Amino acid sequence: MQALLVVDRKSGGPLLLNLLIACLWVIWGGAANAAPMGAAEARHLLVRTGFFAPPAEVEAYAALDRTAAVERLLAQVRAEPVTRPAEVLDRWTPRSQFRAWPEEERRAWLRRTIQQGQDLRGWWFGEMLVTPSPFTERMTLFWHSHFVSSLQKVRPTRLMYRQNLLLRKHALGNFRELLHAIARDPAMIVYLDNASNRKGQPNENFARELMELFTLGEGRFSEQDVKEAARAFTGWGIDGETGEFLFRAGVHDEGPKTVLGRGGILDGREVIDLLLDQPQTAETIVRKLWREFVSPTPDAREVARIAADLRGADYDIRIAVRALLTSNAFYAEANRASLVKSPVELLVGTLRQFKFEVGDPFPFVVMSRQLGQDLMAPPNVKGWVGGEAWINAGTLLTRKRILERLFRSVEPRGASMMSDGGAPRMVAEAANAAPPPGRFQQAMQEVWFNEAAWAAELRGADASSLARVLLPATPVHAVAGSPDRIALVRQLTLDPVYQLK
Amino acid sequence: MDRRSFVSAMAALPVLVSPAAWAVSRVQPTAYGNLLVLIELKGGNDGLNTVVPYADEAYYALRPRLAIARDEVLQLDERTGLHPALKPLLDLWREGELAIVQGLGYPSANLSHFRSIEIWDTASRADEYLTQGWLSRAFAAVPTPRSFAADAVVVGSHDLGPVAGTGGRVIALADTERFLRESRLAKPVRHAGSAALRHIMSVERDIAQAASGFGASHVFRTEFPRTPFGNAVRTASQVIAARAGVAVVKVSLNGFDTHSNQAGSHARLLKDLAEGLASLRHAMEELGRWDSTLVMTYAEFGRRPRQNMSGGTDHGTANAHFVAGGRVKGGLYGAAPNLDRLDGAGNPPFAVDFRELYATVLERWWGMEASGVLQGRHKPLELLRG
Repeated sequence: MQALLVVDRKSGGPLLLNLLIACLWVIWGGAANAAPMGAAEARHLLVRTGFFAPPAEVEAYAALDRTAAVERLLAQVRAEPVTRPAEVLDRWTPRSQFRAWPEEERRAWLRRTIQQGQDLRGWWFGEMLVTPSPFTERMTLFWHSHFVSSLQKVRPTRLMYRQNLLLRKHALGNFRELLHAIARDPAMIVYLDNASNRKGQPNENFARELMELFTLGEGRFSEQDVKEAARAFTGWGIDGETGEFLFRAGVHDEGPKTVLGRGGILDGREVIDLLLDQPQTAETIVRKLWREFVSPTPDAREVARIAADLRGADYDIRIAVRALLTSNAFYAEANRASLVKSPVELLVGTLRQFKFEVGDPFPFVVMSRQLGQDLMAPPNVKGWVGGEAWINAGTLLTRKRILERLFRSVEPRGASMMSDGGAPRMVAEAANAAPPPGRFQQAMQEVWFNEAAWAAELRGADASSLARVLLPATPVHAVAGSPDRIALVRQLTLDPVYQLK
Repeated sequence: MDRRSFVSAMAALPVLVSPAAWAVSRVQPTAYGNLLVLIELKGGNDGLNTVVPYADEAYYALRPRLAIARDEVLQLDERTGLHPALKPLLDLWREGELAIVQGLGYPSANLSHFRSIEIWDTASRADEYLTQGWLSRAFAAVPTPRSFAADAVVVGSHDLGPVAGTGGRVIALADTERFLRESRLAKPVRHAGSAALRHIMSVERDIAQAASGFGASHVFRTEFPRTPFGNAVRTASQVIAARAGVAVVKVSLNGFDTHSNQAGSHARLLKDLAEGLASLRHAMEELGRWDSTLVMTYAEFGRRPRQNMSGGTDHGTANAHFVAGGRVKGGLYGAAPNLDRLDGAGNPPFAVDFRELYATVLERWWGMEASGVLQGRHKPLELLRG
C-alpha cells in the first residue's frame, strides 16, 4: 500500500489523490497501520509531534507501524520536567509581608518579579531544548494556549511555574482531572479574576471562558448560564499568605443554581462535571488537537467520532491523540506541509536539528516574543491564533533574519549573530522587557552551530536527501549548482517551505 | 467548495482580478490618494481625563483623587478642556484642524481588552465574531491602485489589527531602512502548494513590492520626539515620504491600561501622544501632504468614570478620540459623557457609534460606499471640509 501511495503521488493531481485516499480509507481501513511506516512518515510524525526529526529516531520509528510508533512516542511522555528553574522563581512573598513594605520596596519587588518572569520563560525554553520527550512540551504548549494565563497579569513566577507543572503533569493524562485542577489553579484564579468572585458580587470572567473557550464553545450556552455558573465558583480564591488555592466558605453562594437546564447545582465541581457531560466539550478539544497536529481544516465527522471515543473513555487524552496520530488524515499527502511552525517550534526545532550549543536561552525567548509567541504570556484568553496568522510581512522577515544570522558564520564561535548591530536592536524592541543590558549579546556569544557534530550525524547526505530531512515538501527555490553544505543549509532554511511542517 | 478553498483556488491562479475588484471597478474612482494615519492607544485611554468635562460636578465627585483641576485644564469652551499634557495640540485646535469626537462606543459594550479591540478592529457587532479587519474589507471591496507599494503599513507591531486578514497587502515594519535591507530575504515566485505555503508566497510578494517602492530616507527638518512613539511617527513619516503609494499607516502607543497610580503615567502618555501628533503634522506639512492626511486615534474602550481604590481607573466604555488633518473641520463632535446616567457597571451611555467614524473615513475621505464594508448603514460625521 505504501508503494501504491507513492506511485499515485507522482501521477495523480490532488483531487485524484484525495479520492484515492478516501477509497483506501474505506477498503483497507486499518491496513496502513500494520505496515512499517518508513522514513518519510516517521519524519512527519516526529516533526509534527515534536520540534524536529533526529536521524537516529527517524531510523527507529521507520521500522515501526503507525500504531507502534505512536505507542513509542507516548511511552516517552513525562509528567515532570527534566530541568528545574532557579529556586527563587518558586518562592512566594506572603501578602502580609508585601503590605508591610514601603512603596519603594514594593516597586523593587515588581521590577525583580518582571525580571524573574524572563528567567521563567528562559527555563521553559531551556527545557524544550533538552527534553527527551518533545511531545510532552508540545502538548504542554497546547494546553498553555488553551488554558491561558499570562505573566502580564499573574506576576509572581511561582504561580505560572506551578501552572506549567500542572499542565505538563496532565498533558497526556485525563482532561477531566486537568479541567478540575485548572479551576483551582492559583494562576488561573488570578488571571480570570475568580479571586474577586464573591457571593452577591459575582465576577463572571472565569465562568464565561470556562464555557466559551475551555469546554462548550461559543454560542452553546446562554448569558444566564454564565451568571449561574459564576455563582457556583464564588469563594474559589487563593490564600495570599501561601499562594495556594483557598475555598472561602464565607463568600461562597450556597443557593441553588440552574446551569444548562440542570437545577440544584451547588458548586463549581458540579458545573465542571456537567460541562464534561456535553458532547461539545470533547469536540472542542478534538477539533483543537486536529488543528494543532493534523491540518487547518478538521473533518467534522472524524472529530465527532473521536470526540465520542474520548468521552467514552472518560476523557483519557491519549485516546484522542492515538486516534489522530494514527489516522489516514494525519499522513495524507494533502495535509503535509499544511501547518505553519509556531515561533517556538521554529526556534527550538532549528537549534535542536542543527545541534546548536546554547547557554542562556534568553535571546530565543526575546526572538519568540518578536515573532508573536511570548511564552507564558499569550496575547489574550483565547491563546495564540496560530496557523497562517503567525506569518505576516513583519514576522516572516524576522523569521528569515534570525535563521540567516544563525547560519551566517560557522566560526569563530559566537560570531553568528553579532554583526551589524542586530542583537542590541532585538533587545530594544522587546516589548515590556527590561533585560539587563548585554544579556542578549552575552548569551549570543555562547550560541554555536556545532557543524561537525551535525554533519557527522548526517553521514554524508547529498543535497536532495538534506532537503528531505529539513523540509516537509519540495523547496520553492530549487537547489542550484552544488553549494557546499553550509551554503545549502542556508538556502534550505531560508526557503519558504522551511516555515511549514 | 467552501469559501476558504474557493479563495485559495482563486489565489492559486496567476494574475487574476478578484471578482470583488471587478464588480466595484465601475464605481466612482476612490481617493486612496487621501491617506489615513491611525494611532492606536493601546490598553484603553482614559478619555475622561483626556477631554475633561471640567464644568461637570459629577466628574469631580467621581474622581476626588484623579480629576484634573479646573484651573489646570486647557479650556476649549466653557465646559470642555484638554489635559494639560496635551498642550502641543493647542496649535492644531486654534487653527481649526483638530476634531474631538466624544462619546464614541457601541451597544452592549464588552469590557475585555482583546474582545473589545477585536470589535473595533473588525467593526463587528458586540455579539458577532469577524476575522477580517474593517480596512481589509475596504481594500477587498475597493482595491488600491496596483502601483501602490502596499495597502497599509503597520509600524512597530506585528499585530495587524484593522488591516488583518485576507484582503490587503500589508507591511509590518519597525524602520524603513531595516525593512529595505531585509526585504532581499523575500524572493517572490509563483508556487503551488498548501494554503499555508500560498499565504507565505503572497506575503513575500507583498514585501518585494513594498521594498521596490520605499526608497532612500527622506531628510526631515521636523524634529521627532526621542521616544519610542516619536520613533514610530518618524518611521511612519518616512514611509509616507517615499510617495510610493500607501493608503493606511498605523502606529501605536502602549501603556494606557492605567489601573493603578494613573496620574503620572497618563500625563506622560498624553504628552508623548501630543508631541508625536504635532511632529507628524509638521512632517506632513513639510511633505505637502497635510491636506491629504487624516489622523485618527482609537482604542478598545474608555475608562470607568469613578476612580478605583488604587489611584487608577478600570475598563470603561464610551470614549473621546481625536481626528486631525488639513481638511478637518475642527471642533467638538458627539456628546460629552453623561455622568449622571451611569449603567450597572458604572459606565456612561455612548453617544456616537464608532462605525460612524469609520463611515466618515470610507465615504467622506475615500468616497466609497461604506454600508457593504460596515455591514449596515452608519451615518458619516460631517467633520471634513469639502
